[in-house]
Amino acid sequence: MSKLHLYYEIDGSDFHAAGEASSDVKRVLKQLNFDSDTVRRVAICMYEGEINMIIHANGGTVDVWVEECSIELVLRDTGPGIPDIEQAMQEGFSTATQAIRELGFGAGMGLPNIKRHSDQLHIASEVGVGTTLTIRVVPSG
Amino acid sequence: MQHAVTLMKEKCKGCTTCIKQCPTEAIRVRRGRATIIDERCIDCGQCIRVCPHNAKKAVYDPLTRLADFQYTVALPAPSLYGQFHNLEDINQVLGGLLNIGFDHVYEVAKGAEMLSAITRHVLAEESFEAPLISSACPAVVRLIRTRFPKMVGNLARHIAPMELAAIHAREEAAERTGLLPEQIGIFFITPCPAKVTAIHAPGHLHHRVIDGAFSMAEVYKKLLSHMRREDVPDLLQSGMAGVGWAVSGGESSSLSLEQHLSVDGIEHVIQVLEEVEDGKLSHVQFLELGACNQGCVGGCLTVENPYVAKARIRQLMKGMPVSQNTLPPEHLQQERFLSDKLFEANSVWQLAEDRADALERYQKISALLAELPGLDCGSCGTPCCRALAEDVVQGFASEDDCIFRVRERMQSITASRNADDYLPPPFRKGAEKDE
Repeated sequence: MSKLHLYYEIDGSDFHAAGEASSDVKRVLKQLNFDSDTVRRVAICMYEGEINMIIHANGGTVDVWVEECSIELVLRDTGPGIPDIEQAMQEGFSTATQAIRELGFGAGMGLPNIKRHSDQLHIASEVGVGTTLTIRVVPSG
Repeated sequence: MQHAVTLMKEKCKGCTTCIKQCPTEAIRVRRGRATIIDERCIDCGQCIRVCPHNAKKAVYDPLTRLADFQYTVALPAPSLYGQFHNLEDINQVLGGLLNIGFDHVYEVAKGAEMLSAITRHVLAEESFEAPLISSACPAVVRLIRTRFPKMVGNLARHIAPMELAAIHAREEAAERTGLLPEQIGIFFITPCPAKVTAIHAPGHLHHRVIDGAFSMAEVYKKLLSHMRREDVPDLLQSGMAGVGWAVSGGESSSLSLEQHLSVDGIEHVIQVLEEVEDGKLSHVQFLELGACNQGCVGGCLTVENPYVAKARIRQLMKGMPVSQNTLPPEHLQQERFLSDKLFEANSVWQLAEDRADALERYQKISALLAELPGLDCGSCGTPCCRALAEDVVQGFASEDDCIFRVRERMQSITASRNADDYLPPPFRKGAEKDE
C-alpha cells in the first residue's frame, strides 16, 4: 500500500492559516479512522511547528505522509536557522520578540511540546539556510 | 434515531441552499429533493433557518397532548421571557401559561440554578478533564460525539436544566396532587428542535423524564391573548443566574470562574473545538457552547430576533435576585442528577473500519477530486466537490452527477480540448469572445 501524501504551504504573514492546515490534517486522519489521541498529537505537533515557521521563518511548507501505522510530518523553512538546537529544546527558551510575546506566542514551549507529543523528532538546521523538522507520530491504537 | 428536523417533500424544490449551509454536510439533494443523512444530522436547525421555500421544519408535540394527562406542568425555557414586547414582569408569562391550560408552571431557570450549583461543586471539588464542556446544548453534544469524539470525556456528566426541572416538577406535583407520576404530564416549551430530539430520544438517559415538547412559537401565539397585566400571580421563583441561561454567557457567569469561554453559533463552536483539540485552550476551565446565535434566544423555534431577545432578557434581569435556587450539599453529588449513560463517541466521518481500506479510499477520493472542476457549485446535490468525490468512492453517488464532467465528456467526443467551450459563461476562464 502506498503512502498518502498531503502538502501545505504556510504563509508567513498569516497566523490564521496555521490553524487551517492543521484542521485539514485532522479531518483526513479522522476519516482514516485514526484514534482520537493520535489525531490530537499530530494536530499539536503540526500547529506548534507551523507557528514556529510563521514567527521565525516567514512561513514554509509542510509535507504529511500517512501510512497505516505511522504519520510523518516534514516542516521545511528557509528561515534564519537554529544556532543551538539543545538550547532551543529547553522549555521556556525563546528568541521571540516582545511584540510576538504580547500576542501570546513565543513562550518557549513550541519545540518541547512537539517533542512531548511525538514519537520521533529530528531537527536539521543550518544558520542562514533554514530548518527542517521531521516528526513521526506512531498511532497508539 | 428520530430527528426533530424533517423535510416537507411537497415544498422542497431541490435547490442547493441547505446542503451548502449544513455545518455537518448532512444533506444531499436526490431525485430533486433534499434528504437528510440521519447519522450526521445534529438537529441544529440551520437548514430550517436558511430554506427559501420553508420546506424544512421541526417536529414537536401538538398542544392537544395536554388532554392525555390528569395534571400538567409547563417547563418554560428562560428564552421564552425574551419574546415579548414591553414585558414588565415575567409573572405575566408564567400566569399566561396557567391561563392557556397548564395546571402548574415550573421554570427551567430553577433547574438551571440548581445545575449551576452542581457545576460549581464539580469544578471546585471533583476531578474532571479540562476544559469541562457544558452538555446543556444537545446539538453541541451531538456535534462532539460525531465530529470530536476525543472530547466526549470533557462533556459535563450532569443532566440538562430542563431535565433537572422535570424531575423536581414531577416529584412536587405528585406530592401536591396525590396522583401517580405517570398521570402527570411534564411539557417543555422549547426554543429549538435539538431539545425536542433530546426529549424524545435521550441518548444519555434510560428513560424519558419529560413527556413532550411544545414549540415556543406556537405557545407564544396562544399566550398573547391570555397574558394579563392585572392580578398577576406571584409565580417567579428564579433569579438572574437562571434567567441568564437564555443567552450566551449566562451559564458561565453563574459559575464565578476566572477562566471560562462562552461561544455561540455552530460555526464558531466548531472553530473553538478545533482549537481545544490542538491544545490551544488548555488554560480554559469551563467551555459554554451553544449551537445558536446569541445562545438559546437564537433557536429556530423562537419568534423574536436573537439580538432583541437578548437585550430584553438583560433588561428583565435587572433588579432580580442573583439566584433563588440551590441544592443542599448532600444533593450535589446525587446520582439521579447524573446522566445514566456516558456520552458515547460515534464517529460518522471515517471512510472504513479498516485503516488500510480507509487509506485506499482516501487516495481514490483525492484522485477523483483532482479531476472535478473545484467549483463547489452544488449542482450534483452534494455540498462541494470533495463531498461528491467522497460519496462516489463510498458508493452513494456517481461521477456523472457532476454536470461539468458530463459536459466535458460530451466535448471530448466532439474533440474540443478547450474547457471554455463546454463551461457555461460564468465559469469560463478565457477572454470574452464576440458572440
